[in-house]
Amino acid sequence: MSRIAQVMADLKASNRKALVPYIVAGDPTPSHTVALMHGLVEAGADIIELGVPFSDPMAEGPSIARGHERALEYRVGLRHVLDMVTEFRTNDSKTPVVLMGYANPIERMGYDVFSERAYVAGIDGVLTVDLPPEESGALAETLQDRGIDTIFLVSPTTSDQRAKEIVKNASGYIYYVSLKGVTGAANLDVDEVSERINLLRSYTDLPLCVGFGIKDAESAKAVSSAADGAVVGSVLVNACGELAHAPVSELVSQVSAIIGDMRSALG
Amino acid sequence: MINKDLSLKAIASAPDALGRFGPYGGRFVSETLIAALDELRDTYEKLSNDAAFWAEFDQDLAHYVGRPSPLYHAKRWSDEVGGAQIYLKREDLNHTGAHKVNNTIGQALLAKHMGKPRIIAETGAGQHGVASATVAARLGLECHVFMGAEDIKRQALNVYRMKLLGANVVSVESGSKTLKDAMNEAMRDWVTNVDNTYYIIGTAAGPHPYPKLVRDFQSVIGREARRQSLEQIGRLPDALVACVGGGSNAIGLFHPFIEDEGVEMYGVEAGGDGLETGRHAAPLSDGIPGVLHGNRTYLMEDEDGQIIETHSVSAGLDYPGVGPEHSWLKDVGRAKYVAINDDEAMAGFRKLTRIEGIMPALESAHAIAYAEKLAKTMTPDQNIVVNLSGRGDKDILTVAAMDGISVEGQS
Ligand SMILES: Cc1ncc(COP(=O)(O)O)c(C=O)c1O
Repeated sequence: MSRIAQVMADLKASNRKALVPYIVAGDPTPSHTVALMHGLVEAGADIIELGVPFSDPMAEGPSIARGHERALEYRVGLRHVLDMVTEFRTNDSKTPVVLMGYANPIERMGYDVFSERAYVAGIDGVLTVDLPPEESGALAETLQDRGIDTIFLVSPTTSDQRAKEIVKNASGYIYYVSLKGVTGAANLDVDEVSERINLLRSYTDLPLCVGFGIKDAESAKAVSSAADGAVVGSVLVNACGELAHAPVSELVSQVSAIIGDMRSALG
Repeated sequence: MINKDLSLKAIASAPDALGRFGPYGGRFVSETLIAALDELRDTYEKLSNDAAFWAEFDQDLAHYVGRPSPLYHAKRWSDEVGGAQIYLKREDLNHTGAHKVNNTIGQALLAKHMGKPRIIAETGAGQHGVASATVAARLGLECHVFMGAEDIKRQALNVYRMKLLGANVVSVESGSKTLKDAMNEAMRDWVTNVDNTYYIIGTAAGPHPYPKLVRDFQSVIGREARRQSLEQIGRLPDALVACVGGGSNAIGLFHPFIEDEGVEMYGVEAGGDGLETGRHAAPLSDGIPGVLHGNRTYLMEDEDGQIIETHSVSAGLDYPGVGPEHSWLKDVGRAKYVAINDDEAMAGFRKLTRIEGIMPALESAHAIAYAEKLAKTMTPDQNIVVNLSGRGDKDILTVAAMDGISVEGQS
């Protein structure tokens, strides 16, 4: 059983929700990332989504886009992100790590080379924002050969027909985008999300995580009532920006505390 | 050098149903936009098979844009060059001053048919922004134009034109603050307001169906030029020359000639400080295929796959990607792509202004400069059609600044 499947099964057995923090690798500097990943796990994170910095992060709102820019000031690229995960794995062999990013850095490295290096580094899933299912076949295949999950987005604008197709191609979990907008937007409608999650539930047995627009313990709890987990990004990345010049340990403890609060609320 | 396994007919009939031009094109966008792209594709498929839609388009081009644009024999310049005869396709005479309006007229009709009350656009030089603001004013649509903060500085006149036309110009402060970042920001707006918003992409790039529909709207340039060549020269030209930013004026000229085997095509990219310096905007001349802004195409990027900053004296060519159909035409050998440096383009600007009394946009000046080089290698009985994609009024402050002259306050 894959690490993601294992964690999700354990959570389900104890009737708990997955808490999935998103941070940008290398934000605010490369030396923060591994410490922050461990801090988030200690604070109660179940899976870590690690953003791969990209020069043109089209789906991100201003908070996360700035996180990408901060990391790029240190020229953090996909190679370095893989190294960071390798380092993380020396002290944590249990927590799944999912890379979230854009197609071009992977295209540049080459699908085969990337899949192999991701496998060696201990990466569990890959979510490529601008590779919808019709463009992702070749990458999904090389990842699958190494037992790495391809995570897909389903959005409020995805037709029911299309959602059925997407879940067929997906593995790991489904990332339901809670709103029409970019990451960090403010127009979250919890009832609408629950309705859609319940519908998706009838199409698939895969776990369903909800992200975009979750800001605090309350909204995390609300959206995950119907879902299996909550993905939290912009608030964490915002905090990384605000604490960029604080000592690393302080940034780690403050950002982790945000996840700690959510953990308490989710149970 | 044309790929012999592919007929010209097959090349001309791209893209396929998935929006692919060979390995290029496609739809590389986040899931939220797929439904909007499906809707646009289906609407366009339906309308483009409807003669009434094209009649409406032609009517607007004739009476609002002022088409057909002339094909002008630049005789004095041709004589001075002493090679081929050079003809200028006068897109600079269009309403709003560039070819961009052909596309915004077409897409505004789509927006109208789709019932979208709000339009958004990205712009580099500001020509597409002005053309979008213009059609929005005419149709009473709300219009927001995204423009990089750097470009806002160097194209102040167009910024003010857009404001006069009632558009809201949004200054984009992210990334390199130029056209590519404006496009990112427009995509972000579209994802957020997808229900009521039509995104008018200004060049033949982006996710399917944009490269196809922008090409179709701009192909009026090539259809007219083909007919005018037959009327005025008595035969087809030997070569076509057009500047390539995202590639819309070039593909508009080229496409109706793809099956005419004897007609050579030259796309002219921005060589900036020179290809060898790395400071340019010439992905076809010095880039590699990758994925950006919804399509697979040639890009300028570093070894990590990050898109790199481009450099060009002309804001409208300052873009690290290019429309996917050009990537395909390059690979199959049907068109050739070359680069012209900033200083060569500036010389072309001055040359045409002095010798023909026509002031080209700095973008078009790249095509002018290359046409002169090409003409010199040809004979006086041969003919070149150059796409004069826009007029230089918007660039006068830039040129004046290069001359060390301040023209502010001299009205
Ligand atoms: C006059 C003119 N020509 C050319 C271009 C480049 O665009 P494209 O390559 O899409 O024709 C621009 C873009 O702003 C322009 O204003």
